[in-house]
Amino acid sequence: MDAGERARFAHAIRRTIVEQSYRANVGHIGSALSIADLVAVVVGKARLDGEADRDRIVLSKGHAALALYAALHLRGRLDSGMIDTYCNDGSLLGVHPEHDLDGIDFCTGSLGQGLSLGTGAALAAKRQGSARRVYVIMSDAELNEGSTWEAVMFAAQHRLDNLILLIDLNGQQALGYTHEVIDLGSVEDKLSSFGWSARAVPGHDQEALGDALERRVDEQPQAIVAQTTFGHGVSFMESEIKWHYLPLDEETYSTALAELDKRAAA
Amino acid sequence: MRNAFLDELVTLAETDERIMLLTGDLGFMVLEEFQQRFPDRFVNCGVGEQNMVGVATGLAEAGFVPFVYSIATFATLRPYEFIRNGPALHDLPVRVVGVGGGFDYGHNGVTHFALEDYAVMRTQPSIATIAPADAAQARAALRATTDLPGPVYFRISKRGDELPGLDGRFELGRLDVVREGQDVAILAIGSIAHEAVAAADLLAERGIDAAVGLVPSFNPSPIEDIAALLSRIPAALTVESHYRDGGLGSLVAETIAERGLDCRLLRAGVPHMPGGESGSQQFLEHRHGLSARHLAHQLEQALSPIA
Repeated sequence: MDAGERARFAHAIRRTIVEQSYRANVGHIGSALSIADLVAVVVGKARLDGEADRDRIVLSKGHAALALYAALHLRGRLDSGMIDTYCNDGSLLGVHPEHDLDGIDFCTGSLGQGLSLGTGAALAAKRQGSARRVYVIMSDAELNEGSTWEAVMFAAQHRLDNLILLIDLNGQQALGYTHEVIDLGSVEDKLSSFGWSARAVPGHDQEALGDALERRVDEQPQAIVAQTTFGHGVSFMESEIKWHYLPLDEETYSTALAELDKRAAA
Repeated sequence: MRNAFLDELVTLAETDERIMLLTGDLGFMVLEEFQQRFPDRFVNCGVGEQNMVGVATGLAEAGFVPFVYSIATFATLRPYEFIRNGPALHDLPVRVVGVGGGFDYGHNGVTHFALEDYAVMRTQPSIATIAPADAAQARAALRATTDLPGPVYFRISKRGDELPGLDGRFELGRLDVVREGQDVAILAIGSIAHEAVAAADLLAERGIDAAVGLVPSFNPSPIEDIAALLSRIPAALTVESHYRDGGLGSLVAETIAERGLDCRLLRAGVPHMPGGESGSQQFLEHRHGLSARHLAHQLEQALSPIA
């Protein structure tokens, strides 16, 4: 994908997030918009084909699954029309990712479990001599979970340089801003001190994200601390705690779509 | 039993390259042979059981059959949600090996007593929950389950001496009647079955003819076999080194109730959090009514109004 295609892909993901959340009348919109660019870059880059040697994507912040569904839908990985069943009764497309879907290897939704799954997947690739890579997309609030740090230490110990962790550092969690709940300080410094190659990257700059994915340090797991804005692209949602939960109504829906289209055209 | 189980695992790993062994930094003098023979398939995950199960899930998704090893409480309770959302939810062949069921680690105190592992593991319908009664059955159980596509929990006791009448048999989900009898049935799971057999001997001296049935697994549970046995016997006693609720006693109670059987049930097990008292396995089993003498007495008392 060139820069223009990537930008169009991310815009289409955002549009799908807003359309489907509105249709289904569900929340978690801000969380999904926050990772739209991360998902666009990862799905654009990952090898999704090939049974055993495909790359693995673990969406540890499972509540933002709509962003991943949107990307898989746009890449033709979901059955036609399936995206329109999001959150319908009996649909495989719920709020959190379902591994029965093509393109999703792991169910997530309980925070702080995804990095361990990805670490195991990366260790498996090493043991099997496979060049596949493992991408884990995690929320900053998952750094509150002790199990995340168990996995951080394990991955460094085993020099899993095929493991790429993307942290959605949007600075907020369900009930407040992270600096008010559990202040994370410098996440890059923390991860570096644990033996990771970690760098801060503007989380909505696709070129910078794409470059960061390519810059791999041998024998170290890699962390991209993506500085993102919760609700990115829809001004009234940006950095607003309430949009973790709220669904859109007719008016906010129209405003949101108009804003997204205007930004994409700019 | 531990050493026999690991010895069998080494044998299987020679020809089955999917097998990996992960430990939560436990297994001194038990895991060394596997580690030396298969260094690439052995991982000490450190003291982090949640991550260990998560890593095992990732390995299993890629085709490995990872065995995760720790003391039974740490192997089941600490990473329980990882087990549920990992191998149970994804139906992956992770093997959770919990050593030291019941009071095996008696001197170590309550944190080390595994008294609810059957209950919590059997609540997950997709986890085959297996408690061998002796070393030979542990080997057989391991051999019989290598190709099961979903998760397995093994409770591996310290005690491995041969259970009379078992001859090393293991059949997943089937009741194994190790001793025939007409008057009462004693149903046991795990190595505490030795006390059940000894209790039957004591009862025989007093003219009571007790059958002893060994339940080797939950999920599948031998419901049909239990119902068939208890439909012709008026009283049964369940024996498990476990809390009285949630394990074998509960399974048998459910079976009797759902089948409408006319069988009185007594459940031997630990009724409450066992407090601060530590001691040898034998001491604690005796303390909690699980010795052969207690079991025989309990059944005798229950039978006296019937007689």
